[in-house]
Amino acid sequence: MKKIFLLICTTAQLLAVGCKKDSEFLNVQPTSILTNEQAFSDPAQALSILADLYNRQVDFSGLDTGWVTFADFSESFPSENGRANIVQRNQWEFKEWSIWDYVYIRDLNLFIERATVAKALSESDKARFLAEARFLRANYYFEMVKRMGGVPLITESLLYDFSGDPTYLQHPRAKESEVYDFVISEAEAIKKDLSVNVNEKSRATKAAVLAMESRAALYAGSIARYGVNTPQVSLSGLEVSIPASMATGYYTKALNAAKEIISGSAGAYALYNKKPDLSENFASIFLDKSNNSESIWVEDFKLKSGRVNGFTVSTQPRFGAEEEEGGRINPSLNLVESFEKLDNTFAPIANTDALGNTLYYTNQLDIFAGRDARLGGTVILPGSAFKGRMVDIWAGYQLANGTIVTGDDRGAQKTLPGQSSPVQVVGFDGPVSGKEFTAQTGFYLRKYVDPTPGAGSRGTNSEIPFIRYRYAEVLLNAAEAAFELGQPDVAAGYLNQVRARAGFTIPLIVSDITFDRIVHERRIELAFEGHVLYDLKRWRLAHVVWDGNKMTEVDLLSNIGTATKRNTQPYGLLPYRLYDPASANNGKWLYKIAMPTLVTGANRFRLGNYYSFIDDNVRANNPKIVRQPNQ
Amino acid sequence: MKSNINYMLLLLTIAAASCKKDNYDPPGSKLSGHVVYKGEALGLEYDQVKFEVYQGGFGKTGPIDAVFSPDGTYSMLLFNGEYKFIIPNGQGPFKWKQTAAGAPDTTFITMQGSQVLDIEVTPFYMIRNPQLTASGGKVAGTFKIEKIITDASARDVEEVSLYINKTAFVSPANNVAVKTMTGSDITDPNNVNLSVAVPSLTQNYVFARIGLKIAGVEDRIFSPMVKIDL
Repeated sequence: MKKIFLLICTTAQLLAVGCKKDSEFLNVQPTSILTNEQAFSDPAQALSILADLYNRQVDFSGLDTGWVTFADFSESFPSENGRANIVQRNQWEFKEWSIWDYVYIRDLNLFIERATVAKALSESDKARFLAEARFLRANYYFEMVKRMGGVPLITESLLYDFSGDPTYLQHPRAKESEVYDFVISEAEAIKKDLSVNVNEKSRATKAAVLAMESRAALYAGSIARYGVNTPQVSLSGLEVSIPASMATGYYTKALNAAKEIISGSAGAYALYNKKPDLSENFASIFLDKSNNSESIWVEDFKLKSGRVNGFTVSTQPRFGAEEEEGGRINPSLNLVESFEKLDNTFAPIANTDALGNTLYYTNQLDIFAGRDARLGGTVILPGSAFKGRMVDIWAGYQLANGTIVTGDDRGAQKTLPGQSSPVQVVGFDGPVSGKEFTAQTGFYLRKYVDPTPGAGSRGTNSEIPFIRYRYAEVLLNAAEAAFELGQPDVAAGYLNQVRARAGFTIPLIVSDITFDRIVHERRIELAFEGHVLYDLKRWRLAHVVWDGNKMTEVDLLSNIGTATKRNTQPYGLLPYRLYDPASANNGKWLYKIAMPTLVTGANRFRLGNYYSFIDDNVRANNPKIVRQPNQ
Repeated sequence: MKSNINYMLLLLTIAAASCKKDNYDPPGSKLSGHVVYKGEALGLEYDQVKFEVYQGGFGKTGPIDAVFSPDGTYSMLLFNGEYKFIIPNGQGPFKWKQTAAGAPDTTFITMQGSQVLDIEVTPFYMIRNPQLTASGGKVAGTFKIEKIITDASARDVEEVSLYINKTAFVSPANNVAVKTMTGSDITDPNNVNLSVAVPSLTQNYVFARIGLKIAGVEDRIFSPMVKIDL
């Protein structure tokens, strides 16, 4: 009896204890997932979530997304044989440049919603985080509208109710102007919550928001104004195209936002002007990370942190590089010749005189003398130095009778007539036709190429930042907006600031300010920064400049500095040395214009390329999404 | 050893048999034809003028898309069934019928075995009676431009060009020489003459075509491609 009682007691106890344990067991918190409350329990924790959102921003070109994003549009030749398709295709696919990342938008919306209700954050922290997330969201919508036109504007997280009918989640595309309006109004709403700090580059600041606003308003204004040139590029619901009547309003906003930065109320930003050598100075804008007054918002990198970029490895001059590679981006003569002479005029690089006689130069660099200092800051010219070492770019010897002696490998040697031993007949940096990593146009890229020791080696890489917004662009935005608003004097003032830094001593006057000038200045100042496609799209010039016709040498050399100039195939300018002991010019340099032999295609920008293809899956899932025009 | 071989034979037989059972037959009905105006095939640019075929009933909708050939032909292999055919807006140097809302209108196609179907469109212009001849290191073209659409939606000629190339792909992007005349320089549309110098080539023939660009329309209309002995 006693035994049975004991047994019952034990069982009861066990059951009671076991029950308790069961419920506790089922309520164990996972250790690898934070609850919303925990995630926003402390500013550092919230910032780490925000850091991921920063990382997911999309740029047209990025130092960590591959050099190819810099190489297109005939502004350069891709000197890697696997990428020759860039200059061999005859058109861009409709889906090119398309983005549609609503997962990112959702994560941004969730962050905003959760941070808004977070109790543990101080009001000032909360305001800053919210403003940053709204900035990232606006900037991503800006990136989408540039590529896709009007997209569904989703500003809160969407939740499916599992009713079997998802139609309430299907949102139609907003008007193109509505997306731009959203970007502008968000910028106005959050700018007061962000810090004014010139040294804060990688997080959103008041200046970054204003720079985004000025660029977005400028884009919208120009689509409104120049959309009339392509009436076919429009949709009846205005998901694509903006009515011309809205142009003035947008330009005014662009000018005002730019002026707010220029006035200094968003921080003491200024053009970078630290070095006396203006070309060196221009190159340093993109390399200098300490007290750089020019950059406003950047994608930053840090050595030994895992967040480094290999852009320099891909693009450094090949000869003497830290790795057996580099030299992939060869700027084209098309771009090089459009750098002005210092008297504000345009002229081809003079390889012959007016009568067609070859000109000879003592030094390789002489042919480029007297031009815009940004040329040497953007492009590594033959005869110039990188990292204190001369690049070795020359294509061969020309003999007295015009015969060319050259080799088919870097630094190849041959015996010249009348000599007994072989000598080097082609540069170690090429150009050798079809030989990847050599300077096949006669030029290498300098912008964003990092001369720091180790930056060109794969194990180390580079920590220079990619500049998303910078002060010179703000000035150019202001100049363009002012010009479009009929204030050429104001426009001249802003343009001249940018040009003075490039070494121009004769300021432009009111009568010089034309649309072509505005277009030209942006192309030169912002080359290889991911602007050329968007700029030509919004001016509705893309289908004119990249018209799919092959480019002749006459096309190349005429109408330099004209906005509508054809630019469909990259040309090169190859330096040769004269070998003619009887001539006074013996040993001097002459230049020949040549198209790299791998170039077989011609850029064709079709009307259907103005707005990138929306994937069939997207439209199948949401029938409210109208398709793009001309596709 | 013998039983091994028997087993292998058995397995092979099963494998071979199951392959047949598992798979669908490939599409076998051929839809083909020309894009025509009053029965005459239109000349187009290679890989530029797109059309789309839709088949409903499989969940998500998405087009089967393809392009017309330079000589205006098209063809695709389909399963038997109901299809919808459209030419998207903005494609081709011609007008395709539209709905009142401005969307491209649909042609219904029922596939029951192969069929030949010509697609009737209205071009803005036709290049009539093109004569392409070679003499003295030049290729000369004479032709007549006929304006087809003359109502409110009529468009001007932007330019006409004579292209020559080494291969049968002749277009603005693929040519060895081109001669272009802008529309305003055409004095008599019934008698247009273009002449282009042939660069030095390693072959004794070229392919030539005349292309006509219509103002505000992206795709050019071409004359039939001709092979000319030099």
